[in-house]
Amino acid sequence: MGAPADTTHAKRVVERLYTPDSIASLEYERDLGDPGQYPYTRGIHASGYRGKPWTMRQFAGFGTPEETNERYRQLLEAGGTGLSVAFDLPTLMGRDPDHELSLGEVGKCGVSIASLADMEALFEGIDLGAITTSMTINGPASMILAMYLVLAEQRGTDWRTLSGTIQNDILKEFIAQKEFIYPPRPSMRLVTDVFAFCAEQMPRWNTISVSGYHIREAGATAAQELAFTLRDGIEYVQYGIDAGLAVDAFAPRISFFFNSHSDFFEELAKFRAARRIWACVMRDRFKAHSPRSWQLRFHAQTAGVSLTAQQPYNNVVRTALQAMAAVLGGAQSLHTNALDEALALPTAEAATLALRTQQIIAEETGITEVVDPLGGSYYVEALTTALEKEALVYFDTIDRMGGMVAAIERGYPQREIAESAYRSQQAIETREQIIVGVNQFTADEEAPIKTLYIDEAAQQRQLARLDEIRRRRDSRRVAAALAALEAGAATGANTMPLLLDAVRAYATLGEMCDSLRKVWGEYVESPVI
Amino acid sequence: MTGPALGPEAWALGPSVLRDMHKIRVVIAKPGLDGHDRGAKVIARALRDAGMEVIYTGLRQTPEQIVNAALQEDADVIGLSILSGAHMHICPRVVELLREKGLTEVLVVVGGIIPDTDVPKLNAIGVEGIFQPGTPMQDIVDFIDRHTRARVASNS
Repeated sequence: MGAPADTTHAKRVVERLYTPDSIASLEYERDLGDPGQYPYTRGIHASGYRGKPWTMRQFAGFGTPEETNERYRQLLEAGGTGLSVAFDLPTLMGRDPDHELSLGEVGKCGVSIASLADMEALFEGIDLGAITTSMTINGPASMILAMYLVLAEQRGTDWRTLSGTIQNDILKEFIAQKEFIYPPRPSMRLVTDVFAFCAEQMPRWNTISVSGYHIREAGATAAQELAFTLRDGIEYVQYGIDAGLAVDAFAPRISFFFNSHSDFFEELAKFRAARRIWACVMRDRFKAHSPRSWQLRFHAQTAGVSLTAQQPYNNVVRTALQAMAAVLGGAQSLHTNALDEALALPTAEAATLALRTQQIIAEETGITEVVDPLGGSYYVEALTTALEKEALVYFDTIDRMGGMVAAIERGYPQREIAESAYRSQQAIETREQIIVGVNQFTADEEAPIKTLYIDEAAQQRQLARLDEIRRRRDSRRVAAALAALEAGAATGANTMPLLLDAVRAYATLGEMCDSLRKVWGEYVESPVI
Repeated sequence: MTGPALGPEAWALGPSVLRDMHKIRVVIAKPGLDGHDRGAKVIARALRDAGMEVIYTGLRQTPEQIVNAALQEDADVIGLSILSGAHMHICPRVVELLREKGLTEVLVVVGGIIPDTDVPKLNAIGVEGIFQPGTPMQDIVDFIDRHTRARVASNS
């Protein structure tokens, strides 16, 4: 299948009707298997959601750690079952709040975490051993993980009991979200350092969340999201093996994160295809022996890009349908977007309604009673196979380029996504794609809804705390820890223990990232339009 | 890439027409720390397809870098893409630097997540086009076309 990459932009033909002929080549044992059986197309657990409901994990963070802590407590009280930290842009870029590029951005798109002191405030009154925490951060993933670990250490919580996820997916930053710090190759070293450290010290922690979400939000099609995400996964496994790790020692802690978009059947088929592809890759390409290495576990988030500023209440309906696709596709955890997120970060009321949407699906619809209830549908199975084939064409192309890092360096996935983004915008303009309330069924006058406004006070408070930390800490201890970090980066030492020491000394995030910038430099993208 | 060479018949028509036939030059910039560049790239392509000359600065440009790019590229328009909420810090600075450099003719537009309450404030400081989520590409093309032509007409 060496089709030119261009043809993958062609729209997949959807037939009026699917029949037994549509899936004539499908063999149940080989291609589907019962839930809990290889190749896990129908799910990784035999008991589905009867055995374990999905985790309702609402992504949240804004302003100061104290403000976000309050939102977390509210989400947990409302029946949320996991936390998910949204960081602000300075934190995501490894800059302290007082850096010139941080001006106007502190606490705006997420919570500001500049040092261990902020991490202490973020989880005040929340038992780290009793919850699972997901942290969406990539460039400075290992620094933030080190802060979480030192917080656990202070409180006497055993690292081996900590459960959660660090996103740590730097490849998709180069491809789509663009919150990178260092060039690709040293960035991959930080990722494999986390793999190695966690394999020994944090057996219940997901060391990476290989993310298609942002790839899709940047404009990719479902097939591109599937292909680039899983190909990223392959790259991480290969780098882990090349770093000397045994595949079954770290692969079971790799998790995934997908978008759940509006094309209902395509989305749920995508999740099923992802499981089948991954099982096959891990068993046949990497010769993993442990079934846990073969099983693709994923978090899903409804599509932020599908939310409209016009008629925002329509977003509740969109989100509910997208969430259903994720549940029918067998997600392990789910975030549902709030109705006001095309306009701002969500208000507390909107965030609660988003959680209620999941609770209604879980408790009222009966969907959770049967594992993979759409398995065997002629359409769903044909679509699952079609998506798998489209992804495998991309695998071939990227393999021929020498892998994903090489493909990224030549701008290949970036260009593919930009092309799809432009086409999808054109489809909206020509009304080939209808968006209710935007290009069809529009309203002339709309009553504005209440939105969250984040003022400048968060920035002032964060600057004040940063000052206080810098005055209070032992500056010689900080300097020594940072020097050791820099030296370790220049040699082959695992950076995690060095970062832990720096965090214990209250080195700031910006200081730790700067130490590594000195060794590795910063990545500057050549823009692809 | 440069615009098409103008033939002698264009010169014969005089400077205002000359300017009119010259491609509109647009600097699309992504200021601040945010990396979400889907909108910036889509609009850059739409403007290019509409016949404008587009220079995309890439990510994380300071207001100084953006205004310098506009100066060097002899831009008619600066288009800023801001989704992070930092627009009230970035837009005033860009406008101020344009004034300092005497580039008062440059049309400044911004697209992104701009709350309604900030629209009049941005208009007041001289950001003429403010494009919120869901704006059709054609509306942005038309706006830029109309406003740059109006300026050329008033200067000739």
